[in-house]
Amino acid sequence: MTETTEATGAMDGERPPEEREFTVVERTQAQLVLRRFLRHRAAMISLVIFVLIVLWAFIGPHLWHYSYQKYTPDNSQPPSAKHPFGTNSAGYDSYAQVMRGTQTSLKVAILIALGSTFVGAVWGAVAGFYRGVVDAVMMRISDLVLTLPLLAIALVISSRTGGSWYWIALVIAGLTWAYVSRVVRSTVLSLREKEFVEAARALGASDARIIFRHLLPNSLGPIFVNATILVATGILTETALSFLGFGVQPPDTSLGLLVSQAQTAVDTRPWLFYIPGAFIIAIALTINFIGDGLRDAFDPRQQRVRQ
Amino acid sequence: MLAYAVRRVLVSIPVLIASTFIVFLVVVNAGDPVANFATSRNPAPSKAAVAAFARHLHADQPVVQRYWNWIVGVLHGQWGPSVEPNLDIGHDLLTRFRVTVVLVVASMLVALVLAVVFGVYSAVRQYSASDYAITFAGFLFLAMPVFWFAVLLKQAGIWLNQQTGSTFLGTIGDRSPYLDVNTFGNQVSDRIGHLILPVITLALVSFASWTRYTRASMLEVLGSDYVRLARAKGIRRGKVLTHHALRTALIPLATVTALDVAQLLGGVVITETIFQWHGLGEMLVQSVSKVDVYRTMAWLLLSAAIVIVFNLIADLLYAVLDPRIRYD
Repeated sequence: MTETTEATGAMDGERPPEEREFTVVERTQAQLVLRRFLRHRAAMISLVIFVLIVLWAFIGPHLWHYSYQKYTPDNSQPPSAKHPFGTNSAGYDSYAQVMRGTQTSLKVAILIALGSTFVGAVWGAVAGFYRGVVDAVMMRISDLVLTLPLLAIALVISSRTGGSWYWIALVIAGLTWAYVSRVVRSTVLSLREKEFVEAARALGASDARIIFRHLLPNSLGPIFVNATILVATGILTETALSFLGFGVQPPDTSLGLLVSQAQTAVDTRPWLFYIPGAFIIAIALTINFIGDGLRDAFDPRQQRVRQ
Repeated sequence: MLAYAVRRVLVSIPVLIASTFIVFLVVVNAGDPVANFATSRNPAPSKAAVAAFARHLHADQPVVQRYWNWIVGVLHGQWGPSVEPNLDIGHDLLTRFRVTVVLVVASMLVALVLAVVFGVYSAVRQYSASDYAITFAGFLFLAMPVFWFAVLLKQAGIWLNQQTGSTFLGTIGDRSPYLDVNTFGNQVSDRIGHLILPVITLALVSFASWTRYTRASMLEVLGSDYVRLARAKGIRRGKVLTHHALRTALIPLATVTALDVAQLLGGVVITETIFQWHGLGEMLVQSVSKVDVYRTMAWLLLSAAIVIVFNLIADLLYAVLDPRIRYD
């Protein structure tokens, strides 16, 4: 990622004005990435949908006139104007419940992505920067974490801590940071040999400054792409845990728990089953497309058309 | 090569010991089966009975000693006591392994064959309508929660059975409890009927990611010089695809497949829960919810061993398939 400018001048037909020496507009790395991302149609549509879902899940409950934990007099109603997503057999308004479930699942997924990205990125950068014994010890620790089966260990730990969303997120993040550390380490290993790192060291920059001001910002591409993968992994793992009964516990709810409660009602009250499922798919799908767009924006070489 | 394999196995032994020790600490601290025994029964068991139960589970010993005794026991084929009376964990593990291995192997085969077919087709017809359709389907399957799809599939199976008036598609267990005509042919078709829906469920996620892998790797190979040379020499397109390109493109897929086995074990837990198979997945859920320390440990040890073995297979496959890679 050494290129910082891109030729966008008028190329075909028009001649550039004589008086200007350069026809190339200077752009920073961040501007280039942003431009490429904005042009990625699937990623942009996904980003809009994702942001709308987030806003709906966090702001919606304050505006909606039913609460996810209040009975209504209507039992097992199909979707109507009063209850857009219907109600379940106990009379809970499904719209309020799906909103709350989406909010919980998003909170878990985002905390997983933030927590494991932060720990993994610092871990990988330190290991890659110092190499030698430090690297060997730190990477053996991540290897060890990687041998642990995610769902099984999450099951074991959440059977003890179970219930609250942040424990579930911390448990899953405690197992997924190792992936991030591997990716960041390999990026840092090649970055630390670059001239700008040498220059920084010659200017007397401390190790911490080189790691946090030079190495980590230049690894942001892979870090962002991985963070999106982690949001998708996070939401699928959390919903699977809640489905098996080891995740979020009632009276709180999550998308996985809603699907689990509706699995016997697929035929009789299909809206209870399909809607939360559709939300899980929508979130994971849009996040994956955003990740894809980010990957192309940060590393356009991968996109090249081959014949 | 043999020396490398032996060395790798020797290196993985300390990893296995360290990882099982950490897991042992986690599992032991994840719940208290003795307290459950003391409080959940009516009438409450006597102090002596509780103490005897704790002794039976080795819960009265320090953790390090418990771990040491457990690992020595496992080496002698003793898997430790279960909270369930009269349950031999070793026998339980073996019976359930036989059930699950059929499901996992069948799913891997199905996913692999379909992934290669669709991935290659998608790469050869890059940017065509079918390429976009396959890519989108891949994204969709990757985003689909396994449990949601499985419940849907189960409903579809029940509906199909009702429509056709048959009982071919099994939705509960890995076989029927009894058969009208107990011939070998009937047994086989009964087992296959019970396999179909769980195999689709479990194969789905792997299929999606392996298709994308095959496509990327095939595109890379199709753009290489030696494929262009083969075409320039006048070799037919079909032959270049199968004989020259595909063989190289499948090398990274082989290792990815081997490494994804761990992920499949997670999928098994959900698939078996929904289709009510008495396999390894059900064993994990049962032992975790009953705080059965040694039964959980047996499961985790088996899964760790499987992951390590398949990591080794991935590395060795790489060397076998790609002559440029040599291990000395």
